Amino acid sequence: MSDPSSSRRASPPPARGPFGAGLGAAPPQKAKAFKSSARRLIGQLAPERRGVLLVIGLAVVSVVLSVSGPRLLGRGTDIIFAGLAGQHLPAGMSKHQALDAMRAAGQVRTADMLEAMNVVPGAGIDFHALARVLALVMLLYLGASLFVWLQNHLLNFIVQRTVLRLRAAAQDKLNRLPLAYFDTRPRGELLSRVTNDIDNIATSLQQTLSQILIGLLTVIGVLVMILILSPLLALIALVTVPLSILVTARIARRAQKRFVAQWTHVGALSGQIEEAFTGHALVKVFGRQRDIEGRFAGKNEELFQASLRAQLLSSVIMPAITFIGNLNYVAIAVVGGLRVASGAMLLGSVQAFIQYSRQFSQQLGQLSSMASVLQSGVASAERVFELLDAEDQRPDASAPAALEPHVRGEVVFEHVSFRYRPDQPLIEDLSLSASPGQTIAIVGPTGAGKTTLVNLLMRFYELDSGRILLDGVDIAQLPRAAVRGEIGMVLQDTWLFGGTIRDNIAYGRLGASEADIVAAARATYVDRFVRHLPDGYDTVIDEEGTSVSAGEKQLLTIARAFLMDPAILVLDEATSSVDTRTEVLVQHAMAALRADRTSFVIAHRLSTIRDADLILVMDGGRIVDQGTHTELLARGGEYRALYHAQFAAA
Amino acid sequence: MLIRLLRRYLRPYRRELAIVIGLQLIATIASLFLPSLNAEIIDRGVTTGDTGVIVSTGAIMLAVTGLQVVCTIAAVYFGARAAMSYGRDLRAAIFRRVGEFSAREVAGFGAPSLITRNTNDVQQVQMLVLVSCTMLVAAPIMCVGGIVMALRDDVTLSRLLLVSVPVLAGSIGVLIWRMVPQFRAMQPRIDSVNRVLREQITGIRVVRAFVREPAEAARFGAANDALTVTALRVGRLQALMFPMVMLVFNASSVAVLWFGAQRAASGGIEIGALTAFLSYLMQILVSVMMATFLAVMIPRAAVCAERIVEVLDTSSSVVPPAAPIVPTGVPGTVELRAAEFRYPGARAAVLADISFTTHPGQVTAIIGSTGAGKTTLLDLIARLIDATAGEIRVAGTDVREIDPEVLWARMGLVPQRPYLFSGTVASNLRFGNPAATDAELWSALEVAQARDFVEAMPEKLDAPIAQGGTNVSGGQRQRLAIARALLRDPEIYLFDDSFSALDLATDARLRAALRPRTRHAAVISVAQRVSSIRDADQIIVLDAGVIVGRGRHAELLRDCPTYVEIVSSQMSAEEAA
Repeated sequence: MSDPSSSRRASPPPARGPFGAGLGAAPPQKAKAFKSSARRLIGQLAPERRGVLLVIGLAVVSVVLSVSGPRLLGRGTDIIFAGLAGQHLPAGMSKHQALDAMRAAGQVRTADMLEAMNVVPGAGIDFHALARVLALVMLLYLGASLFVWLQNHLLNFIVQRTVLRLRAAAQDKLNRLPLAYFDTRPRGELLSRVTNDIDNIATSLQQTLSQILIGLLTVIGVLVMILILSPLLALIALVTVPLSILVTARIARRAQKRFVAQWTHVGALSGQIEEAFTGHALVKVFGRQRDIEGRFAGKNEELFQASLRAQLLSSVIMPAITFIGNLNYVAIAVVGGLRVASGAMLLGSVQAFIQYSRQFSQQLGQLSSMASVLQSGVASAERVFELLDAEDQRPDASAPAALEPHVRGEVVFEHVSFRYRPDQPLIEDLSLSASPGQTIAIVGPTGAGKTTLVNLLMRFYELDSGRILLDGVDIAQLPRAAVRGEIGMVLQDTWLFGGTIRDNIAYGRLGASEADIVAAARATYVDRFVRHLPDGYDTVIDEEGTSVSAGEKQLLTIARAFLMDPAILVLDEATSSVDTRTEVLVQHAMAALRADRTSFVIAHRLSTIRDADLILVMDGGRIVDQGTHTELLARGGEYRALYHAQFAAA
Repeated sequence: MLIRLLRRYLRPYRRELAIVIGLQLIATIASLFLPSLNAEIIDRGVTTGDTGVIVSTGAIMLAVTGLQVVCTIAAVYFGARAAMSYGRDLRAAIFRRVGEFSAREVAGFGAPSLITRNTNDVQQVQMLVLVSCTMLVAAPIMCVGGIVMALRDDVTLSRLLLVSVPVLAGSIGVLIWRMVPQFRAMQPRIDSVNRVLREQITGIRVVRAFVREPAEAARFGAANDALTVTALRVGRLQALMFPMVMLVFNASSVAVLWFGAQRAASGGIEIGALTAFLSYLMQILVSVMMATFLAVMIPRAAVCAERIVEVLDTSSSVVPPAAPIVPTGVPGTVELRAAEFRYPGARAAVLADISFTTHPGQVTAIIGSTGAGKTTLLDLIARLIDATAGEIRVAGTDVREIDPEVLWARMGLVPQRPYLFSGTVASNLRFGNPAATDAELWSALEVAQARDFVEAMPEKLDAPIAQGGTNVSGGQRQRLAIARALLRDPEIYLFDDSFSALDLATDARLRAALRPRTRHAAVISVAQRVSSIRDADQIIVLDAGVIVGRGRHAELLRDCPTYVEIVSSQMSAEEAA
C-alpha cells in the first residue's frame, strides 16, 4: 500500500471528469453533477472488473431461475383447477362430450373456460403431475437461492475492497496535498468527508448494488415471462414502467439536491462541534456557552430541515411506486379475470400473471427506493471526489537529483522570496549560508518570518523565487523525502500520536531498537520523568495529553528528533514550554547532538543561543543583521535592543 | 439504554407517533384486503364468468389501494418528522451537556470521541427511529392481520404457518445472534480509523518532517484493514440473509399448493381462497422479515445509544451551587487555602497544601519545573476543576458558592495553548466581549503588542483566522489571545505561560503596557522565563505540586535554592545579580 505505484493506481486518473484543476483557491462548484459522480463511483469498482462480471453472471442465473418459478407454480394451479373441474364432470365421457353437455345445460361460459384446460372428466387432481411440477419448482428455487447467496457473498467482498481502497486513496491524498490546503479548512469538515461520507458510500453501495442488479434483471425477466404468457396483459404491465420511471426520476431529481445539502450540513455541524469541544475551556471562561449553543442550534436546525426534506422526498417514492404497482395489479386482476372467463386464458396463467405483476411492481418499488439510498451515496461520493481532486502539491522532479551518501549539511538560501498569500509579502530576497556543523540562531520579533524560513527549508511550501541549496543541490530538484530525511525538526507545536511513549520516541527512526530509544530518552531527560510514570515507557499518550504536561511533551519531541540522528537539526522554539532547569540539561544534550551537524535554532531566550556560530537577526522577512553574539552586541542595533529588553528589569 | 434514550427523547413526539401508528394501521389493513378482493374476483367472477363482479370488485380494489397510498405517505411524513426531530433534540442535548462539563470530563472522554458521539452515534439511533416509524410499526399489524385473514380463509392450511414462521424467525435469529458480536467489534474499529486520520491531519507537519508518510499509510492501513475484516464478516452473514428468506418463502408457497391441492380435492377450500392464502402467507413472512431487518439495526444502535447515554449521564464534576452567593469582597482578590488536587485513585496529589493570597493590582507569578502543577493551579482558580481539599476564594467567597457564569465573567484566561476560533481577528477578539467597539479592539491590540501585525494584514481586523489560529505564528496567536482576555476587562487575569512564544523585547513591552491596564485586577501568571517575572510582586515557586518558595525576586534569590537554580539556568551570574 505504501509503494508509489499502487497509490497512484488507487487515486483516480486526472483526466477523468471536469474536476482536476484549481480547487485550492475557489470553493468547488456546487452545481452537482449527479451523473458524472455516479459514473465515477461505479468506476471505483473497475479494479474488481472480473468479480463484477461474475456477479452479473450469477445474478442472471438466479433471476432466470426465480422468474421461472411462478410460471411453473401457475401450472400447478392449473392442474389443481383442472382436477377440481374434472371431478364434477361425469366419468367415462370425453372432454368434448362433457363440455358439450355443459353448454347444452346453459353453462356456456364455464365450458368455454374449461375448453382450454387439460380436463379429464371424472378424474380428480392429478397428484403425480402436481408432485412433479412442485418438485421441479422447489429445485429451481433452491438453485436461485444458492446463486443469490454466491452473488451476495462475492459482492460483499467487492464492495468492502472498494471502500478499503477509497479510504486508502483519501488518506494517501492527505499526504500529497499542499499544507496550504489544511491551513484553510476546518479539521472537522475534512474529517467528515473521509469518515462520515465514505461510511455512507459503503452503506449505500452495499445496499444498492445487489438490489439494483437483481431488480433490473428481474424486471427484464418478468417482462419476458409476461410477454410469453399474454401480450395483452404485458401491455398493461408495460404502461406502468414508464410511469414508474417518470415518477421516480421527478422525485429523485429533487431529492438529490436535498441529499447534497444534508451531507454538507453534516460536515458543517461536525466542524462546529469539533471547534466548540476543542476550545471547550475558553468557551466556558469567556461566557460564550449560550452563544455557541445558539449558533449550534441554528446549524442543527438547518441539518434537521435538510435531512427532513431529503427523507420526505425520497420516502414518497416507494409508496408512489407501490400505488402504481397496485393499479397494475388491479388492472391485471380485472382484465385477466375477463380473459379467463372468456376462455382466452388459463386461470393458472392469470395467477402466475398476478404473481409476476406483484414481483414486477415490488421490484420497481425496490429499485426506486434504492434510488434514494444511491443518491445519498452519490452525494457523499461527490464530496469525497472533491477531496481527491484537490490540486496536489507540486510533484517531485521526474528526474530528481540525488545527495551524496554522506550529507555534510551545508545550507544556502539564494535570493529567496515567499508569501503565503499573494497580497502579503513575507520573505523578500533573503540569502544566507550555513557551513556544515555550524549552529545558526535566528532571532527577531514575532512574525518576522523565522518559522516560515524553517517551513521553506523543509519544503513544506514552494518558493516564489530563489533557491535553497543543500550540499549544493537545489532542494526543489530533490525528492521531498530526501530533503526531510536529512532534517530533524522540533517544533513549537508539539504533536504526538495516540500511542505509547516508546512508540512516540521511536517515530524518529524506523526500526529503532529499545536500547536506542532509551538512550535517546536519557540524553534528552525524558527517561527521568518516564520512570516516575506508573506505566513507564508504555504510558499511552492520549489526544489531550493529560497524562503528560506540555513541557514533557516537548521533551518527547526532542527525544524523537534526537533518535533520528539527522545531518541538519531545526529547533523552532523547541524548549519554550520546558522549564529552564530542564532546558539547561537538554541544551547539554543538544550541544552533543549538534556537534557535527548544522543546526538552525529559533529561540526567544537569548541565553540559549549565545554560543551560536552565527546569529541572524530577522525583521519583516529580511535579515537585518548577522554575526556572533559579541559582534552583534558590540555593533548595537536591533540585537542589542532585544538583548537588553530581556534583562530590562535587571 | 436504548429504550431509555428513546423514551426520554421521543416523548415530545408522542402525537406524531400515535398518528403514524394510526395511519399505518389503516394502510396495512387496506393492503390486507387486496388478496381477499382478488380471491373474490376469481371465485365469484372468473369461475362463474360474471364480468360485473369482476369490474365492480376491481373498482373497490382501486379505492382500497388509493387509501393505502395516501395513508402511507402521510405516515412517512409524520414518522420522518418525529425521527429527525428526535435526532436534532438528541444532538442538542449532548452538545449542551458537554458544555456543562468541566475540563476533567472533556479530557476523560477526549474531544474526538465526544465529536463522534455527537454526530455519528446520533445518526445511527436516529436511523433506527426513522426505520421503525416507516417500517416496524407496520410489521406487527401486517403479521397479525395476515394471520387473522389466513385463519378466516382456512384453519387447516394455516397450520403451515406453525412451520414457516418459526423456521424463518429462527434462522434469521441465528444469523443476527452471530452478527451482534461483529457489530460490537465494528464501532471501536470505526473509532480507530477516525482517530488515526484526525491525528494525521493535526500532525501533518511532523508526519512530513519525519518522512513518515509510508509509516502513517501503514498505520492507517492497519486500522482500515481491521475495519474491513469486521465489515466483511458482517457482510458474509448478511449475504446469507436474503437467499435464506427467499428459500423459506418459496418453499412455503410450494407447500401451500401441495397441501392446498389436497384440501381442495376433498372440498375443504376453494381455488380462489387458495390463491389468497398464498398472498397472506407471503404477507406474514414479509412482516417477519421486516421485523428482523430492523433487528439487525438494533445491536449497532444499542452500542451507539450506550455511548450517548454515557455522555448524558455524566454530570460535571464542577457543580454550580444551588444557592449562589454574589461575592461582595474586594474585587481582584484571590485566596487559596490549603488547596489540594488529586486525580481520583491517584496516589500522589498533583497539587498539595497550596496557600497564597493575591490583591488587586498585584502580579503573582508562578514558576516551577515541567510537570510541577502550574496549569492545574490556574484551572483550580478558574474553577475548570474543583479542589479535592481546601478552598479557593475569589473576592472573599468560595468559588464553589459563586454562580460559575458570575465567576467566569470576572476572569480573563489565556491558556497555554492559545486556541483561536475560525473567523476573523475581530470575531476572536470579541469572543469575550461581543459589544466591544473597534476602538476598544485596537486599544487592546496595542497593549498586547499586536497592533503592528494586525495593521500589516490587508484586511486588518477582518483578516481571516483559521481554526486553532494555525495561519498566524505562535507569538501572534499568544498576543491575540492576550488581547482577547484584555477585552473582557476582568478582575482576575490568568496567564498560562502566555509569553513563551514572544521574543524578549515584545515580552517586556507587553508587560509594561499591561501594568496600567491591570491596576485593579489580580494578575496570576505562570511563566518559564525569569525575565518575565522578576518584577512580579509575589513569586510562587512550585516543585512537584508543593510551594517551595514565595516572595520577591531578590528575596527568593536569597532564600530559595530551587529558584536560584532556575535563575542560574537562564542567566549568567553577572546578569542575575
